[in-house]
Amino acid sequence: MRFLFKTDYEDDIRLFPHSGYVVSYGLLLAVLLIAPYLLSSYLMSQLVFVCIYATVGVALLILTGFTGQASLGHAAFLAIGAYTAAYLQKYNVPFPVYFLAAGLLTGCIGALVGFPALRLQGIYLVIATISFAFIVEEILARWESVTNGNEGLRVKALSLLGVTVSRDSPTFYFLCLAVLVLTIVGTLNLLRSPTGRAFVAIRDSETAARSMGVNVALYKVKSFAISAAITGFAGVLFAHKLSFISPEMFTLQLSIEFIIVILIGGTFSLHGAVLGAIFIVMIDPFLTYLKDDLPGIIAGVAATFGAGSATAGNIQSKVAAFASLNGLKGAIYGIIIMLFVLFEPLGIYGRWLKIKLFFQLFPLYKRSTFKRQKIYVKSERNR
Amino acid sequence: MSYFRAENLSLHFGGLKAVDAVSFAVEQGEILSIIGPNGAGKSSIFNLISRIYRPTSGRIFFEDRDITEEPPYDIARLGIARTFQNIELFENATVLSNLLVGRHRHSATQLWQELLFLPSVRAGEKVHRRRVEQVIEFLDLEPYRDKLISGLPYGVRKVIELARALCSEPRLILLDEPSSGLNVEETDDMSFWIRDMKSELGITVLMVEHDMSLVNRVSDRVIALNYGRVLAMGTPAEVQQHPDVVAAYLGA
Repeated sequence: MRFLFKTDYEDDIRLFPHSGYVVSYGLLLAVLLIAPYLLSSYLMSQLVFVCIYATVGVALLILTGFTGQASLGHAAFLAIGAYTAAYLQKYNVPFPVYFLAAGLLTGCIGALVGFPALRLQGIYLVIATISFAFIVEEILARWESVTNGNEGLRVKALSLLGVTVSRDSPTFYFLCLAVLVLTIVGTLNLLRSPTGRAFVAIRDSETAARSMGVNVALYKVKSFAISAAITGFAGVLFAHKLSFISPEMFTLQLSIEFIIVILIGGTFSLHGAVLGAIFIVMIDPFLTYLKDDLPGIIAGVAATFGAGSATAGNIQSKVAAFASLNGLKGAIYGIIIMLFVLFEPLGIYGRWLKIKLFFQLFPLYKRSTFKRQKIYVKSERNR
Repeated sequence: MSYFRAENLSLHFGGLKAVDAVSFAVEQGEILSIIGPNGAGKSSIFNLISRIYRPTSGRIFFEDRDITEEPPYDIARLGIARTFQNIELFENATVLSNLLVGRHRHSATQLWQELLFLPSVRAGEKVHRRRVEQVIEFLDLEPYRDKLISGLPYGVRKVIELARALCSEPRLILLDEPSSGLNVEETDDMSFWIRDMKSELGITVLMVEHDMSLVNRVSDRVIALNYGRVLAMGTPAEVQQHPDVVAAYLGA
């Protein structure tokens, strides 16, 4: 076990508390940098999606995890970023310009969404953001002169400094990775400065935040704007990765996937966004695999236990029919969320911390260390 | 002119007069206690001052400035800090970050500077940290710096809330039942700190308190309330012997 002796206020400010962090994150970065030369093109493609989802996850963490404002509208912010990029690209606007423009526009729209959110809390805020997402989806489908309606828009390969960067090239991956790393560093900086603390204060007690001089309304709008802007940046990359965008890609299900990213990763730390993104990107091929192979496996098992070939074939077709039911994916997502909320509320990163502590304290680890204590029940709140 | 003044302050909820035409003044550097039975309107007065409620009528002045219409977050910026009867701390944050939120009114950095964590932000953070450390030392909170609030006992939380208020370097502090839920020893500490706040830090204190021994030990003057009205005002001894106060507490 390592003891940290602090001798300077700098020790509370620095990003890496001790050299161990520098080594492990340095190693991680090195692995990520040589990944394109080691992994198959399929895995690389998945890794790009992990970067994009993690960026959105960090954005959502700022809003939901740290400011305590729930949102089911982040697919809409992603769509606004993606469509801004696709639209500006038609007029030969260079990449850096439309990249920034997309973030800026999405940030402004995020701030506008933040205003009605000032008066809403909890479930009502969720409903408001869902309505916003539906409005955006509908506008994308109807505003044909700009969005080309349900036909969708093609997105050309991005060109950076005159060089065309294909969506499968290592350069595109490095771009996504850079956006993710910059987002994480910027967010960490924000969290260790007055604005970030004001966000956390609003999450935990608006009354107290106000009495400490925090302009709650202003900071909620700021949080919405920052979160939306980051999602807008991710939207540009998302559009380029898919090379084709249409309204039905930015549905409620995508917003729910983003919620899953932070819920499953852990809502209290930025690690959660990355771990959650890995989970959500990897579960899709896993589900596809189950859908394709599970009926055959079950039929095989049935056959070994003595079922006739007719019965086994019958079972196989029934399971296959069930596996290709519409909306099954949504149901599975729902079950995953419920299980995590009930049994692992701190998410994957919370579990990782527990495992780490177990080895640090071995053999003195107590299960009750992480048990939430309810010492005091608030009987009178001023809201 | 008094340092802090409430004039004909009223707060009505429909027909209920929680605070009814209350006027009082606080002189600079004094400790004024507000006492009264449950539901007398003591905490309501605090909530009126910190603008959680909007007064039905009446005006509030601080340092010769009318603050009745100021938005709630500006009250802290003017130099008035408060604690809460039921503790309103930021539960899922460390003690340090709770105290640093108290420094919020002194932060002058812009969002873009914070995103890049420019040297100016870093310098500001160190100043905040140093001031917080002074408060930690003043209130003996050294063992708890990096602990999460959600794991701390009630008595410590109470002190941390006081510390957070002190971190904003207030000129007037509103203490809502500083001793509620504390044991005898902790109450003793609290009474020393309240007196030190006055003598060492020069802070004017307005407090609501039930524990009469604490009130007697620290207050310069006492106001007794009942049913939203002022019953008596004066030194602790005077107020306790006032016939109306005795009647309010013991029944006529």
